[in-house]
Amino acid sequence: MNIYVCIKQVPDTETKIKIAADGSGIDTTGVKWIVSPYDEFAIEESLRVREKNAGSTVTVVSAGPDRIQEALRTALAMGADHAISVELPDGADNFLAAKALAGALQKEAKVDLVFCGKEAIDDGASQVSQLVAAFLGIPCITVVQNIEYGASSLKCKREIEGGSLEIIESPMPCVIAAQKGLNEPRYASLPNIMKAKKKEIKILKMADVGVSAGDQKIRLKNFQAPPPKQAGKKLSGDAAQQAKELVKLLHEEAKVV
Amino acid sequence: MSKVCVIAEHRDGKIKKSTLEIVSAVSSSGHEVCVLLLGDAGVKSLASELGAHGAKKVLFAENPAFKFYTAEAYSVALAPTLKSENPEFVLAAHTPQGKDLMPHLSQKLGVGLASDCNTVECQGAWKLRRPVYAGKATAEVEFVGTGPKLASIRPNTFGSPKSDPAKSSEVVDISSQVSGLVGALKTKALDVVKGNSSRPDVTEASIVISGGRSLKSAENFKILEEMADTLGAAVGASRAAVDAGFRPHRDQVGQTGKVVSPSLYIACGISGAIQHLAGMRTSKIIVAINTDAEAPIFQVADYGIVGDLFTLVPLLTQEFKKLKEH
Repeated sequence: MNIYVCIKQVPDTETKIKIAADGSGIDTTGVKWIVSPYDEFAIEESLRVREKNAGSTVTVVSAGPDRIQEALRTALAMGADHAISVELPDGADNFLAAKALAGALQKEAKVDLVFCGKEAIDDGASQVSQLVAAFLGIPCITVVQNIEYGASSLKCKREIEGGSLEIIESPMPCVIAAQKGLNEPRYASLPNIMKAKKKEIKILKMADVGVSAGDQKIRLKNFQAPPPKQAGKKLSGDAAQQAKELVKLLHEEAKVV
Repeated sequence: MSKVCVIAEHRDGKIKKSTLEIVSAVSSSGHEVCVLLLGDAGVKSLASELGAHGAKKVLFAENPAFKFYTAEAYSVALAPTLKSENPEFVLAAHTPQGKDLMPHLSQKLGVGLASDCNTVECQGAWKLRRPVYAGKATAEVEFVGTGPKLASIRPNTFGSPKSDPAKSSEVVDISSQVSGLVGALKTKALDVVKGNSSRPDVTEASIVISGGRSLKSAENFKILEEMADTLGAAVGASRAAVDAGFRPHRDQVGQTGKVVSPSLYIACGISGAIQHLAGMRTSKIIVAINTDAEAPIFQVADYGIVGDLFTLVPLLTQEFKKLKEH
């Protein structure tokens, strides 16, 4: 099987986000970049499918500025066979990125299965897996926490609200967007980290994958820090008094109960 | 005035509150709202509620293909209608269904999608903002190019929907146009397995009560559940509590869990790690209960109590019960 994983490089979750002086984005100085955590479940799942299907290969694909090659190296160190980097300017939207990723996949001989994370934790948009599938004309199942593989189809449990699950059956090829719980991602082993350093990353330009700046459909601007909270009230007295006072304030002042 | 199409979401024979709040807020701002409603036989009966909330027109299609939602069935059915309606905006709630569906429509219409907007100004000129970096910052969305603008709206962005039973909408059956489109689908929704929770989902609830590692065990979450049930609230948890195995991941609030904006968020025994704050700081009112007066959660709390949650939570539950009895 030819298995593909689309990944995104994002700032680490512990990053303190600073807005750039002109409000056009964030100040990336000193940011520690990681593979978006949900993408790790996607990488892990691809490796497990490869292990169960002799002769399979796993190729990781990412679209963005030069620095994304580090994220691709991380995926190679986890065990992916090949990597493709599509050069896109910083600030590309989901539509352009997905079209570029789909364009890169369309250049491949055969795509049997595509994994993504259910969302990237930077913009949290949850768009790319569905867009890639739509550009490729294949089904997409998102927020997947369990997969039963058949010969040419699969059955997924997709998490919806209230802990309910939708059971979706789809033929392959299809795109699966991984949720936490699908598996436990492995750590890269030292030999694999060494090997990953030597692997070639295939670099594609926008024109190679059939996209242009005109494929950008939205732009994020006027970035702001969340409005600072007014100093809150600390309630005094004993526990019984505090409880009474809090319920009164929530009812009469905040009017939320 | 703009023409706005809203994609309706319903479950268990009821239109979801997250759909109704969009219909209600957008129509009361003077816009012409047309709702698209898909479902199995009988879904037409839900049109009156949409009308009461201000929809001018409801286009509905009944087909067994819509017995359960799938992105494929919904997107192939909706795209041609949206093209012919050609509205200025297409809106849906940013729920598990809306966030799954909207990117498919974005690709099919070749237009941009603003996901998870949590500030929507629609009086006069439209202005949409959305959180980025899980709410550590927000950004305004600018649409580039022509055609409908797509947006999914975080539940509770507009507040409670308002209805007037005297209002009604034009109801149009588009089943025959749609039936030809859903004849050969690749994906099949076989079933929906209901979660065992009778409580609302953390992302949709108006009140969320969350617990941290200080709860010490899964068992101890019972005291939060009792308070939640008094208020009709959802129960959430910090990453530390989820990692300790006290709650399932679906209840986790934070950057690698759910991002919530309820009208009231009560954090019990949660210190307020940056990645947790990212998931709840847009809540309207935040209450923090913690033994550590220096805990960062107090910096975002509207009301704070420095004290032991095991003492305070049962007392609060009693007070809430008294309030509800009045």
